[in-house]
Amino acid sequence: MADTIADTRRLFSKPQNLNDAYGPPSNFLEIDVSNPETVGVGRTRFTTYEIRLKTNLPIFKLKESRVRRRYSDFQWLRGELERDSKVVVPPLPGKALSRQLPFRGDDGIFDDSFIEERRAGLEQFLNKILSSSSNSLPPASDVTWGLYEFKDRVAGHPLAQNERCLHMFLQDESVDKTYTPSKIRQA
Amino acid sequence: MSFFSFGQSAEIDIVLKDAETRKKVEHKTEDGKKDKYFLLYDGETVSGNVNVTLKNPGKRLEHQGIKMEFIGQIELYYDRGNHHEFVSLVKDLARPGELTQSQTFDFEFTHVEKPYESYTGQNVKLRYFLRATVSRRLNDISKEMDIVVHTLSTYPELNSSIKMEVGIEDCLHIEFEYNKSKYHLKDVIVGKIYFLLVRLKIRHMEIDIIKRETTGTGPNVYHENDTIAKYEIMDGAPVRGESIPIRLFLAGYEMTPTMRDINKKYSVRYYLNLVLIDEEERRYFKQQEITLWRKGDIVKKSMSHQAAIASQRFEGSSSAEKALAQAQAKEQEQ
Repeated sequence: MADTIADTRRLFSKPQNLNDAYGPPSNFLEIDVSNPETVGVGRTRFTTYEIRLKTNLPIFKLKESRVRRRYSDFQWLRGELERDSKVVVPPLPGKALSRQLPFRGDDGIFDDSFIEERRAGLEQFLNKILSSSSNSLPPASDVTWGLYEFKDRVAGHPLAQNERCLHMFLQDESVDKTYTPSKIRQA
Repeated sequence: MSFFSFGQSAEIDIVLKDAETRKKVEHKTEDGKKDKYFLLYDGETVSGNVNVTLKNPGKRLEHQGIKMEFIGQIELYYDRGNHHEFVSLVKDLARPGELTQSQTFDFEFTHVEKPYESYTGQNVKLRYFLRATVSRRLNDISKEMDIVVHTLSTYPELNSSIKMEVGIEDCLHIEFEYNKSKYHLKDVIVGKIYFLLVRLKIRHMEIDIIKRETTGTGPNVYHENDTIAKYEIMDGAPVRGESIPIRLFLAGYEMTPTMRDINKKYSVRYYLNLVLIDEEERRYFKQQEITLWRKGDIVKKSMSHQAAIASQRFEGSSSAEKALAQAQAKEQEQ
């Protein structure tokens, strides 16, 4: 039985360089909602929150950004995403209408513990949107992608997060609610 | 079977030459069971004898002739009525007359061409069989014996590796490599997946072997896909620069050689499907065809089995006949 034994030695591979092995991942993204500040006086008071984003995803124009947004801006964002994207958009922390009624014992919506609760909820909201990795695909257990040889631009990219409203919300100085909804194309 | 109680009937038994020493192989039947059949190769002579045993000894059996056929045919399950015979040989064993006692007849089909491998598939079947028939006025008595044919190949001269860079732009870039493009049925697929860019959160990677049986032509082409194997090669999230080795032993799986356009009726092809699954259950895949072939059991230093047959076809000399018999014997020793 002089059968030749198959050669099962591993194929040659380049050793991994240490920066690739231990450096930041290629899909690094960190988002924080912090530093609530109440501005204005009397009836015109409102609270803003700082949104800080750090990322190396190519789709974001700025690798680090810091903006201030208020609750109604979050509501606007949620409305835009729900209308334009096919994903299920996570819920926002409550509107707390009861806190806006007069004759309350506490500070209402400017109460420290409430603001903290809301801050946490807003952070969770943004994390959920960004970690689902895509704002233009439905949550998918049956989505299948072919891997192709030539680098074609693929519509509905799995790492899309390409809603213009989201990028404007996270990185532009201010939110222009008269914008034209669109998708961002990577350079 | 005769339903007429008057008259005579007989039982037919076909015996191949060298039946005790001849190799038998397992082959699936249409209902999924496995049976053993005699193994024959292309160009081999098919010979033996037929025993016709009278059921009622003493009574005569009148007949319109006794013959032996060797048939190779393709049967499409959706078109059972039409058998496509690609080999059809007949030998008359007896002229019309009568048998007064049980009798044995010898038969020989020399150097029979058996161009395709026996195959029982999902929608098509290719089989070879011997059929002995005692013709009678009202009803024939016949017996079939299936045999299995394997088509052998030798190591391909050209067997390049498969290497490709694929992916989704800015999202996932991988380079996959398989050491060959043609594998024999007991071979090992040695390969690797090298990650050039990973922005997705990959959870798991596997390689599947898919068998595709294609029947029909033109607008009526039908593909039947069957996943023969699912083999996990990676569990966890890779990063850039990592290389995942692949070592997949084919002997553990039930596969046939690649069959392309057999008698223009069907094909059986095999594909390696590399599948990556991310944290959100999205699947990314790259399919690649491989060619499977059947190796003869022993690597011979002298004339190969096929070469012996080939020379016999051209020369028909007795020395070539001896070489063929020798090669056959060696093969069956295995």
